[in-house]
Amino acid sequence: MIPPNDLLLEMQKRMLRIRLFDERASKMVKRGEIPGTVHTSIGQEAQVVGACMALGASDYMTGNHRSHGHPIGKGAALGPLMAELVGKATGVCGGKGGSMHLADFKVGSLGESGIVGSSIPIATGAALSSKVLGTGRVSLAFFGDGAANQGCLYEAMNLSSVWGLPIVFLCENNQYALSTPAHTVTAGVIAERAAGFDMPGVRVEDGQDVLKVYEAVKTAVDRARVGHGPSLVEVITYRFNEHSEGLRLGTDYRNPAEREAWMKRDPVKMFRACLIERGIAEASVLDALEADVAAEIEAAVQFADESDYPEPSVAFKDLYTEPFGVTQ
Amino acid sequence: MTVMSFLGAIGAAQREAMEADSRVIIMGEDVEANVYGTMGGGKSRADRGDFLQMFGAARIRNTPISEEVMVGAAAGAAMTGLRPIVDLSYSSFLYMAMDQLVNQVAKNRYMFGGQASLPVVFRSAMFYGLNTGAHHSDRPYPMFMNVPGLKIMVPATPTDAKGLLRTAVDMDDPVLSFEACMLWGLKEDVQDGEFRIPFGVARTVREGTDVTIVGIATGVHVALQAAQKLEADGISAEIIDPRTMVPLDSDAILNSVARTGRLVIVDPAHTTCSAAAEISAIVAEKAFDCLKAPIIRVTTPDTQIPFSPAIEKPLYPDAAKTIAAVMKVMQPRARAA
Repeated sequence: MIPPNDLLLEMQKRMLRIRLFDERASKMVKRGEIPGTVHTSIGQEAQVVGACMALGASDYMTGNHRSHGHPIGKGAALGPLMAELVGKATGVCGGKGGSMHLADFKVGSLGESGIVGSSIPIATGAALSSKVLGTGRVSLAFFGDGAANQGCLYEAMNLSSVWGLPIVFLCENNQYALSTPAHTVTAGVIAERAAGFDMPGVRVEDGQDVLKVYEAVKTAVDRARVGHGPSLVEVITYRFNEHSEGLRLGTDYRNPAEREAWMKRDPVKMFRACLIERGIAEASVLDALEADVAAEIEAAVQFADESDYPEPSVAFKDLYTEPFGVTQ
Repeated sequence: MTVMSFLGAIGAAQREAMEADSRVIIMGEDVEANVYGTMGGGKSRADRGDFLQMFGAARIRNTPISEEVMVGAAAGAAMTGLRPIVDLSYSSFLYMAMDQLVNQVAKNRYMFGGQASLPVVFRSAMFYGLNTGAHHSDRPYPMFMNVPGLKIMVPATPTDAKGLLRTAVDMDDPVLSFEACMLWGLKEDVQDGEFRIPFGVARTVREGTDVTIVGIATGVHVALQAAQKLEADGISAEIIDPRTMVPLDSDAILNSVARTGRLVIVDPAHTTCSAAAEISAIVAEKAFDCLKAPIIRVTTPDTQIPFSPAIEKPLYPDAAKTIAAVMKVMQPRARAA
């Protein structure tokens, strides 16, 4: 099943947003314009967008430290995301979250997480709400190959299965937990672990192809939505940048030939070629799309630039719904 | 008024909250079977059954023994429209879910700039004093006092257990409820119908003029025994039960100390970084000039809890230790010139 043309173009647009947003963020970290560090999704755009677009607008999603792609893929406005990275009051979290804790509840983004695997139980709880309240919403938990070895994943898969929760466990297998090759710390095939929890488990071998990811996740989402419970989808992909921007390691833990081969499979370029080849869009239309997205990124950076930093008192806000105790 | 046990009061608060709001659910190990007696019971049990029969399996949910996902899923559910009560059985099981409690429950509202609220209650029982050994005897509320974002209740009476728990369920912030098992059977007259007791408001258990004794959980009852004996010796003790550790009603304690000039704190937690340690620091910082003697903490020494009754019981605060502490703060002191 091929999605309609406008959805295909939207996929390319969101992949471009992630690519250009993260390229810009990477530069800004190196120039000291973004404090701390960021983890880019460059190279993994198809895996992120294919999964996000398989969800509906009101569906829930949680993520991890590789955090910008998820809310962008889910449709979040770019300005407040960029302002959050810079630490401004207009940031999507008011400057208290930063890169690793982006959340935009307006688009169902319930939060990224700086603790590997930690947001998986949160997504499970959102699926529980959906089931108890009968809202029909599906929840999706993004996590990496590293998190696939956290106990909370298996607690969540088991609970979701026995309770029949509408959730998709989405493993973004970019093959390295920072410097550690997944195969050296992970027994067997992650997708096959689903069998132990009585749920479907599929592996998308080509996570650089947005349509393959979309198709696999859509099947899982549709299944969840009609009450057939959870699924595990493992997507094989590759990050093009270092684990985090500015990180300099003494060792080259990735084989240069391997890296080169994956870099040739750039998901944004591949999908552009696919759209042209299938006659869905002409090159000029796609050029215009790229220019539009570049302008969106510029506007987001300008929005962040022109925004104020939060007042010191903001450090004491939002801890509780009613303030008490320490306020200064 | 109805005579109600501590455990019955918790059950009544949960039942009333479940009846009042269909978004309230209970999840935990063995909650369907009402193993601990807080999921139904009392006079209506014969007609209405336990909570499972009253509210159905969608709202009374047995969980696997998976504390991490129980806590995290309750948080996620609270962020998306439910108001879960999680029965974590023993307080030492909270450690299995430490990441979810500290990194998600306590931080999500803050990190996300107020986008989330987490109306969720985590109940757990402190089995200290009942010969259950080191894995079941913890009193861990002070650890969580060090985690901004959580609210903490430690009730000492059936009335407080009922009123505070109801407030906790209705509140939009995450609450940890620490319930001392030694108090489970304690009975008293409890006012009929729904009522709520605010967090951050201490209860003056007994008025007095010579010394302030702050009691926590079973410490309140230890303080009462001590105060009765002290009265025979002509010493008038005022007893304050903070009831909630976060928020802490430090004003009530400071006002009392301003009148009595002496402070003894009876807290069953381990001495170091106990609730008593924090209360001592607050009083030392804010009411030093009122003090006629150094503050004394009556706490459990910094050792693990042994199994044998011969050596477990003597570790906890008791009336004799409390009386000794009061006698010490009552001694006339030579003021430095």
